[in-house]
Amino acid sequence: MKYSFRYTSLLFLLFIAASCKKEKQEPAYNEKDLAPLSIEFDNIVGGKNLYLNTETYTNAAGESYSISLLQYFISNIRLKKADGTEYIVPQDSSYFLIKEGNKDFSEALVNVPEGDYAMLTFTVGVDSLRSTMDISKRTGVLDPSGGMDDGMYWGWNSGYIFFKMEGLSDAAPADPSGQHKFRYHIGGFGGYSAPTINNIKTITLDLTKAGIAQVRKGRKSNIHLMVDIDKVLSGTATVSIAANPTVMFSDFSTVIADNYTQMFRHDHTENE
Amino acid sequence: MNRKITAITGVISMMLVMVACKKEIMEQAGAVFPGFQRPANFPEPAYHFATNEVTQAGFELGRRLFYEPRLSRDNTVSCGSCHIQSSSFTHHGHDVSHGIDDRLGKRNSPPIMNLAWNTSFMWDGGVFDLDLQPVAPITAHDEMDESVDNVLQKLRAHPDYPGLFRKAFGSEEINTANFMRALSQFMVMCISSNSKYDSVMNNSGPAFTAAEASGYKVYRDKCSSCHTEPLFTDHSFRNNGIGIGYNNDSGRYAVTLNTDDLYKFKVPSLRNLKYTAPYMHDGRYYTLDAVLDQYSLHMKPMENLDPVLRQGGATGIPLTTQERADLIAFLNTLNDPVFVTNPMLAEQ
Repeated sequence: MKYSFRYTSLLFLLFIAASCKKEKQEPAYNEKDLAPLSIEFDNIVGGKNLYLNTETYTNAAGESYSISLLQYFISNIRLKKADGTEYIVPQDSSYFLIKEGNKDFSEALVNVPEGDYAMLTFTVGVDSLRSTMDISKRTGVLDPSGGMDDGMYWGWNSGYIFFKMEGLSDAAPADPSGQHKFRYHIGGFGGYSAPTINNIKTITLDLTKAGIAQVRKGRKSNIHLMVDIDKVLSGTATVSIAANPTVMFSDFSTVIADNYTQMFRHDHTENE
Repeated sequence: MNRKITAITGVISMMLVMVACKKEIMEQAGAVFPGFQRPANFPEPAYHFATNEVTQAGFELGRRLFYEPRLSRDNTVSCGSCHIQSSSFTHHGHDVSHGIDDRLGKRNSPPIMNLAWNTSFMWDGGVFDLDLQPVAPITAHDEMDESVDNVLQKLRAHPDYPGLFRKAFGSEEINTANFMRALSQFMVMCISSNSKYDSVMNNSGPAFTAAEASGYKVYRDKCSSCHTEPLFTDHSFRNNGIGIGYNNDSGRYAVTLNTDDLYKFKVPSLRNLKYTAPYMHDGRYYTLDAVLDQYSLHMKPMENLDPVLRQGGATGIPLTTQERADLIAFLNTLNDPVFVTNPMLAEQ
C-alpha cells in the first residue's frame, strides 16, 4: 500500500514535470496561426530618457540643444528563429510611425506565428516600392495628407520623410522668425525615374543576449528597444548644428541617416 | 363653364409639363459625357487609367475641386487662380505666380494641358504621379499654405461634398485617395488637340499656308528633337542656355542631386503659346520674339548646356529672318481656341 502510494506520487510528479516541460516547449511553426508581438521604441538621449522641449542635451560637437519634434517611420518588419525560419510581416500591416511624446505612436504592433524569435529586422523609412505605389495604397500613417509641421511627406519631390527631428539650439543661426532652430528632415528612396540618394536603412538586432521573443497566443511579448537619439548628431560622424542647422533633401542627409542606424539597441524582452 | 376652363387649363399645363420633361430628357441625352478619349494623332497616354477611370461624376467633382478656394488656408486661392483656362490654364501675365497673401512663388505656372501624357510633373519633374501632384501646391507656403488633412475636413463639413463624393466614388467618405483621383479626372480631361496643326495632321481641315508649311519644315529641322510631335515635348529635362536665374533655381538638380542636372528644366510643350506668355520656368521672356532671340542670338555657353544647342563649335540655333517669320506662322497653328473656351472645363 505504502509502496503503491509512493509510486503514484512519483508518477504524479513526473506528470507535472512533463506538462511543465511541454508548456515551455516551442509550438509548431504555423504561418496561418498568428499571435501578437509588439516592438517598443523607447527614445532616450545617452543615459537619460528623452523629454521634448524641457530637457537640454549636449552633442559630440559640444553644442547644447533641445528637441521639440521627433518622428520616424519603421517598416518591413521580419523576425527570425534560431533555426533560421524567418517570418516577414505582410507589407500592408508593416508600416508604423513613431512619434515621441505620443503613447499611441510608440510601438510597432504585429502578428507573427507562435514561436521563439532570436533576430529582429526592420527598415527605418519607407521602402521604394511603397514610395511609388498608387494613392489608394497610401493609407493610415502613409497618407500623404499631413501638413508642413508634422507631416512626413514631401509634396514637391514625391516621397516620404523617413526621419524628422527639430529643436532649438543656441548653435543654430536665427531664422527669419528669430528662433534658433535646427531642422532635420531625412528621406530619399533612391529616385523614381533618375537615381538619387537612398536613405532607406535596414536594421538587424540580435535578441539572444537580452532575451528572445517568445510569442504565444493569449500572452504579450514585447521587444523593448532603446533608441539613443544622441547618435543622430554624435554617431560615427559628428554633426555640428552650427554648421548644418537645416538638413533636408541633400547629400549631407546621408551622413545623418548613417548616424541614426546606430541608435537602436535591444534592451530586454517582456514575455508575459 | 368655369369647370370646363379649369379642365382645359389642366390639360394644357399637363401637356406643357410633358413637353418640358421631354426637352430635359433630350438635353440630357444630347450631352453624353465623352469620358477620356485619345485624340487620333496622339500616342497612348502615360496616365494609369486602370486605377482611376474617368467618370462623369468623378470629372465633375474634380472640376468643382479644381475651382474650390477651400483648398487654400484662408479659402481664397483655388487651382484655377493660377491655372486660368483662357490662358491655357497658366497664370497669364505673371512671370512667377502669386499665391496666398500675395506671396510670390519662384516659378512660372505651367499649363494644365495634356497631362495624361506627362511622365512627370512640375518644371523639375519632382512629382512622378498626377495623383500626388496636388499635394505640392496645397502645402506650399507661397501657394495655398494648407494641409491636405485640413482641406478634407473642410470638404467633409460642406453641405455638397459628401453627396458629390458618393456620386463619384460610391461612398460619402472623403479621403486623400478619392480627393486626388477626382482632381486627376478633371486634369486628364484638359486635352488640347483641336489646333489647326491637329486638323492638318488628321486631314480634317484646311491645309497649312505656304508660310506655315515652311515654318513646319524649320520646326522639324531645328526644334523637333526636344519639342517632339504631337505633344511638342519629349518630357526630358534640359539646360537650354538661358543662363542662371536671379533666384539661382537649380532646376532638376534639386530632385536628383546629380550635378549633371544643374539648371535643367522640363522641355515645355509648344502648344498654345499664344495664351501662355510669359515663357521659361521663371517667365523671363514676355514674347515669342524674345524667346527666338534667345535661341538664335543670346545662347549662354554654360555648363550642362544641352548638346543639341552646341554644334560645330557654335552655340544656339541660327535662324534667318525668313525662317523666323515662317516658324512663328507655324507655331501659331498650335494654338487651340476650342481648348481655352471649352465650357466643359470652365468653372460652373
